[in-house]
Amino acid sequence: MNDVSGWAARARGLFSDSKGPWGPSGGTPPPGDTGGNGGEEPPRPGPASPWGTQGPARPAGGNPVSSLDVLIARSRARFGGGGGGGSGGLGRRSPSPQFLVWGVALLVLLWILLSTFHRIAPEERGVVTQFGRYSRTLGPGVGLTLPSPIERVQKVDVENIRNIDLGSVGGETLMLTGDQNIIDIAYSVRWNVRDPELYLFELQNPEQTIQQVAESAMRAALSATTLNEAIGEGRGDIEARVQENMQRILDTYRSGVAIQGVAIKQADPPAAVNDAFKAVSAAQQAAQSDINQARAYALQLRQLSQGEATAFDKVYEQYRLAPEVTRRRMYYETMERVLQNVDKTIVEAPGVTPYLPLQQSRPPAAAIQDPQAQGTAAGGAGR
Amino acid sequence: MIAAILRRPILAAMLALLVLVTILSSVSIVPETRQALIVRFGKPDRIYNRYRPSQPIGGTGAGLAFRVPFLENVVWIDKRVRDVDMERQQVLSTDQLRLEVDAFARYRIVDPLRMYISARSEDRVGEALRPILGSELRNELGKRPFADLLSPERQGAMENIRRGLDRVARQYGVQIIDVRIKRADLPDGSPLQSAYDRMKTAREQEARSIRAEGAKQAQIIRAEADAEAAKTYATSFGKDPAFYDFYRAMQAYQRTFVDGGKDRPTNVILSPQNEFLREFTRGGGR
Repeated sequence: MNDVSGWAARARGLFSDSKGPWGPSGGTPPPGDTGGNGGEEPPRPGPASPWGTQGPARPAGGNPVSSLDVLIARSRARFGGGGGGGSGGLGRRSPSPQFLVWGVALLVLLWILLSTFHRIAPEERGVVTQFGRYSRTLGPGVGLTLPSPIERVQKVDVENIRNIDLGSVGGETLMLTGDQNIIDIAYSVRWNVRDPELYLFELQNPEQTIQQVAESAMRAALSATTLNEAIGEGRGDIEARVQENMQRILDTYRSGVAIQGVAIKQADPPAAVNDAFKAVSAAQQAAQSDINQARAYALQLRQLSQGEATAFDKVYEQYRLAPEVTRRRMYYETMERVLQNVDKTIVEAPGVTPYLPLQQSRPPAAAIQDPQAQGTAAGGAGR
Repeated sequence: MIAAILRRPILAAMLALLVLVTILSSVSIVPETRQALIVRFGKPDRIYNRYRPSQPIGGTGAGLAFRVPFLENVVWIDKRVRDVDMERQQVLSTDQLRLEVDAFARYRIVDPLRMYISARSEDRVGEALRPILGSELRNELGKRPFADLLSPERQGAMENIRRGLDRVARQYGVQIIDVRIKRADLPDGSPLQSAYDRMKTAREQEARSIRAEGAKQAQIIRAEADAEAAKTYATSFGKDPAFYDFYRAMQAYQRTFVDGGKDRPTNVILSPQNEFLREFTRGGGR
């Protein structure tokens, strides 16, 4: 019992200390008076008070009755008297402990209210655990639970599709393909939560797990394809395979995660061999242009041969009607045209060897260009 | 009762506090994610929320756990799937090629008691499993040629590794769910460089063969066209080779002397015996 009273004394000091910031002002405890602003005596200036004359003196430790006793008595009176604030039997007005109690009560009430009503957003599910045990999942809207220490709600965003980027587009993420080539790959995985309970309770580290599984599935998919496929048209196939594989693995972990899609953002040969790959596409272009040229030649030749053959056929038809005449006509016409343009020398006397001035036979260019001279020469010779 | 409390409020408060502390320390909340091992004076006594396969969530025994305060302690053990990430390992294949492998294993503590006795904490289990995973991986993959290392899933190697690791992990009360290779890379330096060289030369070879193929096709296309043209000519001209000879000669004269002689006039020396000059020399004396 002695022990208890000692504790009580200590507690008393504690309570009186916690009365307000003014506390035991200035070391000299002022005599008990009515605290607050209802004092009959004028406020005494406390010499050592940091608040100067502003602060009214407080009933600190002056009365032997502990603040707790006062509080209890006061509340008893209050409950009895229907809440008449100042009409306490003791006539002391020290409202702060009272406010404390009411404040605490209010806080508790507020706490209970806040932890009972839960607003679940449309994209969320609220997973309710009762003393740690999973009890139910709340859908969107307002969900009711027991107050906080009993039931807790963990909100999980299930609609939002999250994105994990793997392999940086800037740097190089190299992987080996099935034909032992190296590919530089960047991809992203889109996922969301399918089962919030599983998602919360089954995996220690969901995001890291998804990332590791993605890397593993991508490596496995690439090791089953060739480099050319991975760079070219095999992409969609790889994406589908990675997605399927990831989903299967994550399901064996009971992860509650749905893989929505895998997108390969980049699949290139590594920078070290890129030039060689460019050379291949250059070779493809060159080969194609070779073939194009050949086709053009073939087309031209075909048309030309058909044209010539048809022309011959037409002439031959006419020739057959009158062979001899046509033949001679053609001969003369051609000769006419031929000999019109050439310098002609006719040597008649047998045994005369003409002196051929070969240098002169090539007149300067200006002479050739002169159609007048040529025309007259040819005309004269023709007649 | 109330009167007694009011008479000795301090005492009542103290008692209430004591009761509260006792209740609080005798009750623990076991969440779904954890297994609670109750240890009495260091001796494991019982387990709450122990993992059992195929139990639905909410029916696993999570909830309140009771213990005798001050005598019994709770050891918390993770119930979820955990992972151990291996450091990079260099694996030597049977054909003496090297590959750097990154792997991870997923495990779950299925026997908390055994785990507590053999390793004390979850983190130490991971530490213990990591080197074993590495050596299992090296042993199993080292039996294979390099080409098989690239997709060990297909040959069941990963399942062998999982089984081997699981055998060891059972001693820690741990079940290995899955072992996977995350990355498999050629080591830096000469292996990587020679792979690059091989890729480069393969591309060069491809480039050359593409060019050659293109040239071949072009030549074939030309030859076919030539052949077709020859056929066209032959069918047409073959009807009267003699006339063709004459016709073509006329064309040749025309092209050589008229069309081709425009910029360089030709000198022709004619003998009067020339066919063209026949009438010239005969002088109309027929």
